[in-house]
Amino acid sequence: MAYNIYICGIGGQGIIKTSIVIGQTALKEDLNVVMSEIHGMSQRGGVVSTELKIGEDESPIIQDGAADLILAFEPVEAIRCLEKTNKDTTVVVNTSIVLPSTINQQDVDYPDVEDILSELKGKVKDVFSMDANQIALNAGHPLSMNMAMLGGVTAVDDFPLEKDDIIETMKENLPPKSIDINLEAFNQGYNSCKK
Amino acid sequence: MNIKELLNPEEGKKYFMLGNEAAVRGVLESGLNLAATYPGTPSSEIGDILYKIAKDANVYFEFSANEKVAVEVAASAASTGLRTFSFMKHVGVNVAADSLMSSAYIGVEGSFLLLVADDPSTFSSQNEQDTRHFARQSNIPLFEPSNPQEIKDFIHYAYDISEEYDLPVIIRTTTRVSHMRGVVTTGAYDKNQVNYGEFKNERLHVPVPEAARIMHKNLVEKIDKLREVSENSPLNKIIDNGSNVGVITSGGAYNYVIDVIKQNNLNINVLKIGFSHPYPENLVKKFLEDNEEVLVVEEVDPLNEMETLAIVGKYNLSTRVHGKRDGTLSEIFEYNPNIIFDALQKLQSFEDNRKKANDKTEIPLPSRPATLCAGCPHRAAYYSARQAIDSLNLDVESIHPSDIGCYTLGIAPPYNMANYLMSMGASVGTSCGFSKSTDKQPIISFIGDSTFFHAGIPPLINAIHNKTKFTLVILDNRITAMTGGQTNPGIPIDGMGQDAPAISIEKIVEAVGVEFIKVVNPLDVNNMIEVYKDALNYDGVSVIISKYPCNLINKQEIRSRKYTIDVDQDKCIHCNKCISQLACPSINLIDANINIDQSCVKCGVCIDVCPVDAIHKGE
Repeated sequence: MAYNIYICGIGGQGIIKTSIVIGQTALKEDLNVVMSEIHGMSQRGGVVSTELKIGEDESPIIQDGAADLILAFEPVEAIRCLEKTNKDTTVVVNTSIVLPSTINQQDVDYPDVEDILSELKGKVKDVFSMDANQIALNAGHPLSMNMAMLGGVTAVDDFPLEKDDIIETMKENLPPKSIDINLEAFNQGYNSCKK
Repeated sequence: MNIKELLNPEEGKKYFMLGNEAAVRGVLESGLNLAATYPGTPSSEIGDILYKIAKDANVYFEFSANEKVAVEVAASAASTGLRTFSFMKHVGVNVAADSLMSSAYIGVEGSFLLLVADDPSTFSSQNEQDTRHFARQSNIPLFEPSNPQEIKDFIHYAYDISEEYDLPVIIRTTTRVSHMRGVVTTGAYDKNQVNYGEFKNERLHVPVPEAARIMHKNLVEKIDKLREVSENSPLNKIIDNGSNVGVITSGGAYNYVIDVIKQNNLNINVLKIGFSHPYPENLVKKFLEDNEEVLVVEEVDPLNEMETLAIVGKYNLSTRVHGKRDGTLSEIFEYNPNIIFDALQKLQSFEDNRKKANDKTEIPLPSRPATLCAGCPHRAAYYSARQAIDSLNLDVESIHPSDIGCYTLGIAPPYNMANYLMSMGASVGTSCGFSKSTDKQPIISFIGDSTFFHAGIPPLINAIHNKTKFTLVILDNRITAMTGGQTNPGIPIDGMGQDAPAISIEKIVEAVGVEFIKVVNPLDVNNMIEVYKDALNYDGVSVIISKYPCNLINKQEIRSRKYTIDVDQDKCIHCNKCISQLACPSINLIDANINIDQSCVKCGVCIDVCPVDAIHKGE
């Protein structure tokens, strides 16, 4: 069996980078890890998702109901993948919304974030919500939002990787000039989800 | 991973690698001399990486004009004794097929590997075709790795086969294998020291009919010998769980099979096929004899299944074979663990101990389709085309053949500027057909710069010679944008990152005999609309070269736009033309007021679109 992490959001939010940091950390801890990424037209405002499985599994796809952890960079994207979750799943969600670029042409309005959070809370074990965009701004740069989210999942009880190892991998993967800001975002994200 | 690490000579080091990264490591460890491609997702990253490291690896690499040229470059170079590599997406093989067929007849002195990435479920393609047909059609050996480690290892194996049997070889992956990351252990790597081979005219290289007959006979004999190799290949292996039911599987599908078996402690035998053409007949026969029921699991077409059924028929076996042909599995779309779970339950009943998935939400969710970027020059070109067409007040539909690239997104409202699409370059050829088969319907077709070089030139010659009438817009954004921003023949940089002659689209169009040629900046939409109207009035082939760089390569210019774009709310008459007709993602309605958000790159097109000058440049 594996620990299954489904990560979703929108192109440009740093989802792939975040996923790679998690995967490389698993390798560092001598755990098997596989990952799948879908990003065909993501640069053009589309949805991006990755699926990470840490453990013995060989296939990189998480079947419906099998996600142990959802890391959602955007609230609508969190609820869009509800069928990946079960009653024991933990969800870490960024409450900052990104309006679809075509929202003016659609019949559907952007839903109320509170409605999304309350549905999630009723269906899964734990929901950690945070304004990761605001954390990133506080830390010093909006692009550090993904590291705030990474901090958030690292604080989840059954997350299988060590915080210190994640930080080490971050240092190996991020530009030295922005590492302080990214670490600050990471720690703030971590603290906001730590029980 | 840091791609420079792909050049690390160390053996036995573990990396978390993308399938496409593992492919690069595999060819480098194998002693690659030369590589050629035309970019196509899901194989594009291989080229992106080679573009960055080919010089350091002492390997020649090029972005060829199209896949056919790429195969010709790699196959002929292999005839000089070199080790060569080409890679492409599945539909690229259609373009390359003519030369690929002959390359099998001609053979190679060195070795030539073609890696093809198929795209089940069409994440970024126009079809789900299965490359394994080409291997059978051309008598080229084919291998199906399941993960990044296998991509790397199978490349070594495939090159050895190519070298020993003087044949091209194909590795077939799928999106979930090429875009999968996993742990890969490196083999030894020594930097390539060979720069040149030597062409020797010692054997048949020219398949004129008399020679082709001999070459075909030789080819069939080689494949016969390779049947033996496939029988005993370590790439084909039986995992014997002592059961009387089994699964034959290959490629990415194997991963789902093995996971479902392990997670549910199933007593099912597995035959994993890694070397699938020629098919290991005796090995499969033995597996069939050892099992009463066998399920064949493969993505997309039932090729291994048909081979398996042929063996059942040939030896009159009693084994029942399930798969796509009896409806146990689907012939369309990629598989996933749940699909395989259900299929295996039909083979052997077992308890469902999966956690119950939550239902989809009932909250209505807005969709998030890919759109042209804010400030994309294609949007301006489409907006203007729509304005020009609408000004004609037509009582017939206009025809808009489109092509393969970001600009295919012109299909979306409010532009509706793509209503016929086939393949690379087909915008021009199909415009010829529409020109000859319709009367009053105006035709404006669209093609990108890279696609024009790829396959747009012969049909343009056809268009002139056969006296057609349509308007072709060449959307020259100075890059191959859709696949991530690769160079193309119109750019003064080659695949090695060196200076190169840039080929002029305008001169080609002129040389072909087009007399109406306008090179325009699409961001000047008022001018653009007039140019479209002139072009539509022209009796013949009119070509508009809409030339402005893609945002991806125009960051400096964008940064230099120090002004803001502001909305004067007092002047705004709430006609919403900027939203309903330009539909730029940076422009939103907030409390019924027009708002321009942070994503704006200040291209200024909306200033011209606004009929009352409410949108203007600020400080």
